[in-house]
Amino acid sequence: MKYQSQKVAYAYFLVAMILFAVQVSGGLLAGWIYVQPNFLSELLPFNVIRMLHTNSLIVWLLLGFFGAAYFLVPEESERELHSPMLAYVQLAILVLGTAGVVVTYVFDLFAGNWLLGKEGREFIEQPVWVKLGIVVAALIFLYNITMTVLKGRKTAITNVLLLGLWGLVLLFLFAFYNPENLALDKMFWWYIVHLWVEGTWELVMASILAFLLLKLTGVDREVIEKWLYIIVATALFSGILGTGHHYYWIGTPGYWQWIGSVFSSLEIIPFFAMMSFSFVMVWKGKRDHPNKAALLWALGASTVAFFGAGVWGFLHTLHGVNYYTHGTQITAAHGHLAFYGAYVSVNLAIITYAMPILKGRDPYNQVLNMASFWLMTGGMSFMTFVLTFAGTVQTHMQRVLGENFMDVQEGLGLFYIMRWGAGAAVVLGAILFIYAQLAPRREVISRSASEEA
Amino acid sequence: MREVMTKTMARNVFYGGSLFFIVVFLILSAQSVSHIKNVSTVHSELTESVAKGKRVWEENACINCHTLMGEGAYFAPELQNVMNRWGVDDDPEGAFEVLQGWMEAQPSGIEGRRQMPQFNLTEEQIRDLANFFLWVNKIDAQGWPPNEAG
Repeated sequence: MKYQSQKVAYAYFLVAMILFAVQVSGGLLAGWIYVQPNFLSELLPFNVIRMLHTNSLIVWLLLGFFGAAYFLVPEESERELHSPMLAYVQLAILVLGTAGVVVTYVFDLFAGNWLLGKEGREFIEQPVWVKLGIVVAALIFLYNITMTVLKGRKTAITNVLLLGLWGLVLLFLFAFYNPENLALDKMFWWYIVHLWVEGTWELVMASILAFLLLKLTGVDREVIEKWLYIIVATALFSGILGTGHHYYWIGTPGYWQWIGSVFSSLEIIPFFAMMSFSFVMVWKGKRDHPNKAALLWALGASTVAFFGAGVWGFLHTLHGVNYYTHGTQITAAHGHLAFYGAYVSVNLAIITYAMPILKGRDPYNQVLNMASFWLMTGGMSFMTFVLTFAGTVQTHMQRVLGENFMDVQEGLGLFYIMRWGAGAAVVLGAILFIYAQLAPRREVISRSASEEA
Repeated sequence: MREVMTKTMARNVFYGGSLFFIVVFLILSAQSVSHIKNVSTVHSELTESVAKGKRVWEENACINCHTLMGEGAYFAPELQNVMNRWGVDDDPEGAFEVLQGWMEAQPSGIEGRRQMPQFNLTEEQIRDLANFFLWVNKIDAQGWPPNEAG
């Protein structure tokens, strides 16, 4: 660790991993309700579990991004963080807000209260007081990081990272705008959801990847940073108007069908570029970095993101296809692999890279960590295939033949059982990952043994 | 590649191009807002009851089981056209009665069947919710959903 203040990243990664465990457990529970619909139905209904599943995902990914920023910005800017103290205050606010959200969702004590009650628009269900807390925490973060960057060396990596983080915070302000007109509500809701995951978050992801490849491969900074600009350019050129693929059927004008189809088809380009860039840099690079697990996660993230976000996104993005697949299990399949590949994996990559440095020791549990990669990636891939088949059957029976929703769902039972099995593998992988990060343990394969082989 | 484009060029293309696409997006957004206000949602009046019904919809996190216009969780049926499916899309009183009957019957408790919670809505809330669904049903959504099943 070059700079003492990088240490704050450790606390962020720790909380992120706890919420990661909550998120996958919630997913496993929700998946089980698909198999056994009466399970917990009066105690903890499906909608509450799903809110916990999606919200904890979003919060832990953001905590991971914050942690990544606190870790890599001092190194890039070549100076200590502006204020480690503020970074801890920010984390405390976010932890308090998260606890508040869980209590609000599970016990629903303040239903209907404008300040304390949950708001109930998908993914931004947090009560107003938590949303305000998020804004305060985000402002502290931006202040802290921006001051650090301004006083230090400016690099393309910090430029792009900062742009992504500023953008995502500003876009979150649309969470406070909830028009009575549902069509308007949906249109601006996508300003947050789409322009996060297919815009600003891609900037964050690309800059974290660039930082990792810079460190892991030893390729020249000039080359990496030029690529970074090209990749984020293709991301925003396609992603901004690509928002149109959410404006097909919500009361917005018909021209979005063409704009959305064309530009969202191009959204595959940044993901293809990120994947090719990662592999090319590794091939070109001469450095043999000891943290092999971090390299695996970095390459894995860019590859699975290409399939999950790129290929599975393209699968149902053309409006002629989307007319039939919109809001079926096809969407669920895409959503799961895209989030896992792009944002979960990139977070786990930076955590894997940073943890040994933050703890001041060599990488340990690399074999366990890599096993967790294959377990989670295998599980998510199988889940995606199964849901894609379920979605194809659902699309045909419900959207083409016009059969009743619940009748169709009952016919999909076998797929949901297999999906649950895949989910169980992911949960095991997640536990293994967290264990590999936190519990020191002697390597199964010693250095000398692998060198001999 | 190095000869074709320098880092500075790449950076300028990124900033310039992004700005261009943001401007185009904002112009189209403005046009879309006007389309929504003046064309696609004018077939039914957005009354106070409809607005209150939307709050009922949100406060009970209905979107985390159902979809509405195809967005939400995929655990329970699409509700944009629910009044159409129930055959009461032009009959507010009928819509209220059917919805009230449905809400009061939950949870069904049938073994092996997905359960909808009992939300203990007041009569007024159910009326507002029914009006909200009737209003949503009249949004011009470019012919979506493809059929009554939603």
